[in-house]
Amino acid sequence: MNISKMHENPYNPEPARIVRHYDLIEDHRFFQIRHVDMNRAMSFTYNPGQFIMLSIPGVGEAPFSISSTPSRPGILELGVRKVGTLTESLFQKQDNDIIYIRGPYGNGYKIEQMEKKDLIITAGGLGVIPLRSILYYVLDNRDKFGRVFFLYGAGDSNQFLFRDEFFQLKARNDLDCMYTVDKADKTWTESEGVVTKLFKNLPEIDPQNTIGLVTGPPVMYKFVIDEFLKLKIPKNMIQLSLERRMKCGIGKCGHCALDHLYTCIDGPVFTYWDTQHFRELI
Amino acid sequence: MEKALIESSRNIAIHIAILWVPNMRILKMQPKFLDKFLESLEKFGALYGPVHRNGVMKYDRIESVSELDLSGHQLPMIPVKKLFNPKQFTMLHFNEKGFYPDYSMIEKRVIIGVHPCEIHGVLRLDEIFLNDPADPYYAGLRDNSAIIGFSCWPTESSLCKSAGTDIVDEGFDLFFMNLNEFYLVWVGSSRGYDMIHEREEFFEQEVSHEDMRKYIEWRNKRNEVFKLEIDFGSMPDIMELSHNSEVWDYFAEKCLSCGQCTMVCPTCNCYNVSDVFDVTNETTGRRERTWDSCMFVDYSLVAGGHNFRESRADRLKLWYTHKLKTFGSEYGRPGCIGCGRCVDTCPVDINVVTVSQALISGEVPKE
Ligand SMILES: Cc1cc2nc3c(=O)[nH]c(=O)nc-3n(C[C@H](O)[C@H](O)[C@H](O)COP(=O)(O)OP(=O)(O)OC[C@H]3O[C@@H](n4cnc5c(N)ncnc54)[C@H](O)[C@@H]3O)c2cc1C
Ligand code: SF4
Ligand code: SF4
Ligand code: FES
Repeated sequence: MNISKMHENPYNPEPARIVRHYDLIEDHRFFQIRHVDMNRAMSFTYNPGQFIMLSIPGVGEAPFSISSTPSRPGILELGVRKVGTLTESLFQKQDNDIIYIRGPYGNGYKIEQMEKKDLIITAGGLGVIPLRSILYYVLDNRDKFGRVFFLYGAGDSNQFLFRDEFFQLKARNDLDCMYTVDKADKTWTESEGVVTKLFKNLPEIDPQNTIGLVTGPPVMYKFVIDEFLKLKIPKNMIQLSLERRMKCGIGKCGHCALDHLYTCIDGPVFTYWDTQHFRELI
Repeated sequence: MEKALIESSRNIAIHIAILWVPNMRILKMQPKFLDKFLESLEKFGALYGPVHRNGVMKYDRIESVSELDLSGHQLPMIPVKKLFNPKQFTMLHFNEKGFYPDYSMIEKRVIIGVHPCEIHGVLRLDEIFLNDPADPYYAGLRDNSAIIGFSCWPTESSLCKSAGTDIVDEGFDLFFMNLNEFYLVWVGSSRGYDMIHEREEFFEQEVSHEDMRKYIEWRNKRNEVFKLEIDFGSMPDIMELSHNSEVWDYFAEKCLSCGQCTMVCPTCNCYNVSDVFDVTNETTGRRERTWDSCMFVDYSLVAGGHNFRESRADRLKLWYTHKLKTFGSEYGRPGCIGCGRCVDTCPVDINVVTVSQALISGEVPKE
């Protein structure tokens, strides 16, 4: 019995407090959370693209991408879509309520590969949540990267996440933002059409010096990757992050298996080259 | 004749190699001492082993060593993995103050009568569960369980010779090789050494050339008995090349998604986790873990109902990728340890033999 105390229990989640929350759009909520233990809150660090497992006792546990950047420590930000049991229960929580988290898990974006390069960050729908982490990381370390293009597409203007925030970014001259919605209404001032249409607005790209990032709904990957390939960006310089069901986050439960890999430890970020071996991917 | 000679000299080479594993000692024991010795192991932990209960052979806690079936002619229906990754248990409790772990299932045990293939199965599971960060439940049960291996005799379905798991040189504390007239006893750990050290009167220190010859004879005879074989060496490439093979559709058509193959396979590790409130209370409860199967229909559903492995064909492909190609990591070994349980268990004859044969020949089995 005491022998097992020698092994840390990676399944045992830590308490965290909801500091602030607001609705991004209908059924999509933004949460700022902080470890109850202040030392832990300040020392907790992660890579953009990693995720945490979030628990509500009696309801269950599920993975959520960290949407904040480690360059702004202390607070973790999440963007959550209400889809089922756990997320519904999370939406009942108020500021100051306690939830439980463990992590961070997964590999995160390959930042070393991105340094000094031009970046095309391409998000569709909810995929913008993990990409927001790398986007702000890049902006906080702006001199380490080349040109940055941020392409984001949503279904319509009511489904566009972080609208105020992202529209403010348009004022920056060290970042090129391009936004689109599939169907525009009167309030919409940006492009109309699927996200791949934005690629024609890109200036000349040096494919050997450019990294493509993409996260979005499953149907989107193929089309965006085609655009990257048309630009002649090498397959191993295209990074994508994948979602699978996850029960453990640490390579034990088998739920996220993709071929011989576990998405939770070998991913969720893969290069397109890596994923070419998995035919069930996209 | 010549083939047999080559075979037997190869075996001698293999076994001399095993004899020379550093720190691995071999002793000899007369059968009349066996029960007494096994009883003496009680002080190292609760005794477990293969017993017949309600017509089913299973690993279970025993009252007396006379219950054990150590003949080695049959494998328990559910593999020994259940003693390290139990079918269902409480991982954590929760209350208003948070979560805390439950280690109450961890006890000191001595597991007697584990076949070589099963020991290989545990070593494969180690690669998953002990990989950093270690699973504390599995690790706790592993640390606290002694494994007393026993030699066995192939069944109609055994594939351990093909899988290279018919012998074992690590993963046990003691290993008993039953040569009828006597046992050869391998000592595989310092805990194993402690076990025999206390009962030195049961063991003979000298193992003669004649004894080893008998052992090699036994091995040669055993090698003749295997009815099935699989060319495991070529399976990773064949799996890679067969991704779009119609063979998968044929098996998918038949598969019942019952998950029995997963329950009986020693190297299936998947589990599900769910929270349960205590009946009498709305704030306290437990987080439980239960075996799961990738063969179940809802296994890989993600939120929004998008099922990445919608078709049974894809689920079968994933299972057989792990069994025949690689398991755990890119350069890992295939997960199949050749126990033959899937051969005996699948109600519609989907198993490592029928699948690998169909993939090699490109033809589906004849009805
Ligand atoms: C690495 C990673 C990062 C993620 N990041 C985010 C994020 O940042 N934001 C976010 O909102 N989500 C994210 N998700 C998805 C999130 O984990 C799920 O939405 C969450 O698990 C839903 O939990 P739930 O209990 O609310 O839904 P559930 O009640 O489990 O299910 C909701 C819906 O999902 C489907 N479903 C899921 N499981 C089953 C099942 N076993 N059987 C049948 N149907 C099922 C059903 O269609 C159901 O209606 C991420 C997932 C991964 C793997
Ligand atoms: S392969 Fe056989 S045992 Fe496995 S799920 Fe299908 S029918 Fe059941
Ligand atoms: S695949 Fe079949 S033969 Fe191989 S280890 Fe699993 S149950 Fe045994
Ligand atoms: S989530 Fe459990 S293995 Fe990946």
